[in-house]
Amino acid sequence: MNLDIRLPIGMLFTLLGLLLTGYGLTSDASVYQRSLGHNLNLSWGLVVLVFGAVFLFYGRRGTAAVRSADESPEGRATEAREHRTGLESEGPGAGVH
Amino acid sequence: MTTIQLRPIDYVILGLYFAFVLGIGFALRRHTRSSTDFFLSGRSIPAWVAGLAFLSANLGAQEVIGMAASGAKYGIATSHFYWVGAIPAMVFVGVFMMPFYYGSRARSVPEYLKLRFDEKTRGLNAVTFACMTVVSSGISMYAMGLLLGVLLGWDFSFSVLVSACIVLAYIFLGGLTSAIYNEVLQFFLIVAGFVPLVYLGMQDVGGWHGLTTRLAVAATKAGYAPGAYTHSWRHMGAAADNPMGVEWFGLAMGLGFVLSFGYWTTDFLVVQRAMAADSMSAARRTPLIAAFPKMLFPALVILPGMIALALTTRSGATGFTLPAKPDGSLNYDLTIPLMLGHYFPPGLLGLGLTALMASFMSGMAGNVTAFNTVWTYDIYQAYIRKGASDEHYLWMGRMSTVFGIVLSVATAYATTQFNNIMDMLQLVFAFVNAPLFATFLLGMFWRRTTGHGAFTGLLTGTLAAAVHHGLTLPRGSGVGIKGGWLGHVATTYPSEMAQNFWTAIWAWTACFVVTIAVSLVTKPRPEAELRGLVYSLTERARSEGEPWYRRPGVLAVVVLAMTLALNLIFF
Repeated sequence: MNLDIRLPIGMLFTLLGLLLTGYGLTSDASVYQRSLGHNLNLSWGLVVLVFGAVFLFYGRRGTAAVRSADESPEGRATEAREHRTGLESEGPGAGVH
Repeated sequence: MTTIQLRPIDYVILGLYFAFVLGIGFALRRHTRSSTDFFLSGRSIPAWVAGLAFLSANLGAQEVIGMAASGAKYGIATSHFYWVGAIPAMVFVGVFMMPFYYGSRARSVPEYLKLRFDEKTRGLNAVTFACMTVVSSGISMYAMGLLLGVLLGWDFSFSVLVSACIVLAYIFLGGLTSAIYNEVLQFFLIVAGFVPLVYLGMQDVGGWHGLTTRLAVAATKAGYAPGAYTHSWRHMGAAADNPMGVEWFGLAMGLGFVLSFGYWTTDFLVVQRAMAADSMSAARRTPLIAAFPKMLFPALVILPGMIALALTTRSGATGFTLPAKPDGSLNYDLTIPLMLGHYFPPGLLGLGLTALMASFMSGMAGNVTAFNTVWTYDIYQAYIRKGASDEHYLWMGRMSTVFGIVLSVATAYATTQFNNIMDMLQLVFAFVNAPLFATFLLGMFWRRTTGHGAFTGLLTGTLAAAVHHGLTLPRGSGVGIKGGWLGHVATTYPSEMAQNFWTAIWAWTACFVVTIAVSLVTKPRPEAELRGLVYSLTERARSEGEPWYRRPGVLAVVVLAMTLALNLIFF
């Protein structure tokens, strides 16, 4: 797959983190009576933001490329087994070498 | 009860989530070109993604709402569903069963049954499974519509139709990959939404010490030993000593061995995630990777229930309490939503609701993707139209997604009309599911097992479950949907759960014995046809080339050791 899932997760959590911390900085202290006096929008928002940023960083580096089966010992074994059992014709990628 | 008022910030957060979920579907549309892409993600999902999806597909409404409710009702004993049930089963499917599921190149669990046994066994499994997925997705839609109505005052039809359309859109566009990607996103959202809830609840109840002190009072009041809610094993010696009403043998055999292994090892809803992995080793690691977060989930879904019960019993309560139903008993099902409303300030409340919606949607999507695959490959391609082009089956996959969602919505509405019909259907499915694990166990590990044996065994097991249910009753229930409908009550169990566990044990045993008996008198398939399908005729999957942390065997030992430790800590 060409889309690395870490990118959308990173983006969503970064945006959520920004929204929560932003709201936490500007909101009135009275809304935090419910949460036992903790401004969790600010503190948890920061955690969410950091998590999002880490995922964005690794997602952008991009490592989740599709590898050809003959690059790993296991892939070669699978191919050999499929060749023996005649199952290799399945799937759209078959025959493209 | 007053409904919770949302602020604009909460709506923005919910809206952002919906936008991302749909966006993932659109982004994946271009990559979904063949039926393998649509139904199996082109077998290209990395292990950690498949693992989190494996976990998340099961994290539907029933899991999140139901486990918290059980936490409030039974206390920490609910963790047996994880530490006795799910985890050992996940280890087993990863280490022993995945080589056959993945290695046989079957595209679904029913298809494996066809390869291993015969057409009729596959047909039976495919049809019951397809019905089951549609009904359970309908029931979870119903639960969601009801919940959002009570909580936020949203219209039932609005909640059901909007969430159905969103799930439909992202699966229609991106197929299984879209469902899996969204499940991973939903997993992180569920964690992000629930961690602050547990934190605040623990603060309010006075930490672990405050929790155990208050629950000791609750346990004494209910007539149990003080530790009945906070020790998972100590009071399992006799059924009367614990709120679950189960003794250790029924628990370990019924829940642990039959029900959990049956679900986690044969249910295509979860197995499909591992089958989509990009290699055999990734497929085997999928359930093992899922097991790590799974073993910690009791802290997120069961602990809130225990906290809610503790807070409800504190004297002169002005803070959080569970509401009572009209008959005076506590309404456990509202535990999580009400706690969200009670503790979360605007902003965080939006995140909490998003987590709840995410869990509903991932459960629904899991059912729908399992349905469209089994429908297209095991029913449509097998019995209705063989040998059509791949484009045709891709088209059918998209159509059956629409069809499956429409049926689920219809089921949700039917449930609002006839609550008993739903209970009955769920009961029938429980009868069908209970014996399945015996069929797979024998099929994979005893090469002599025959198709006739498997088929007869499955039917007998289902019948045995029905007969056992018809002859027994949980204490305090009337004859009818709860059992006893065969006109004679042979045993009265201390609780409904004990009855369920024993129904499962009987069904499994009947299936196991009959499958062996019939197999011994029918003709087995030649060994050459069983290569790659049966343990003794399959090359062992080797993992020498892998670093230790990627070897299924090593991971399995670590998982089991940690689970054992958790059982001992909360003994």
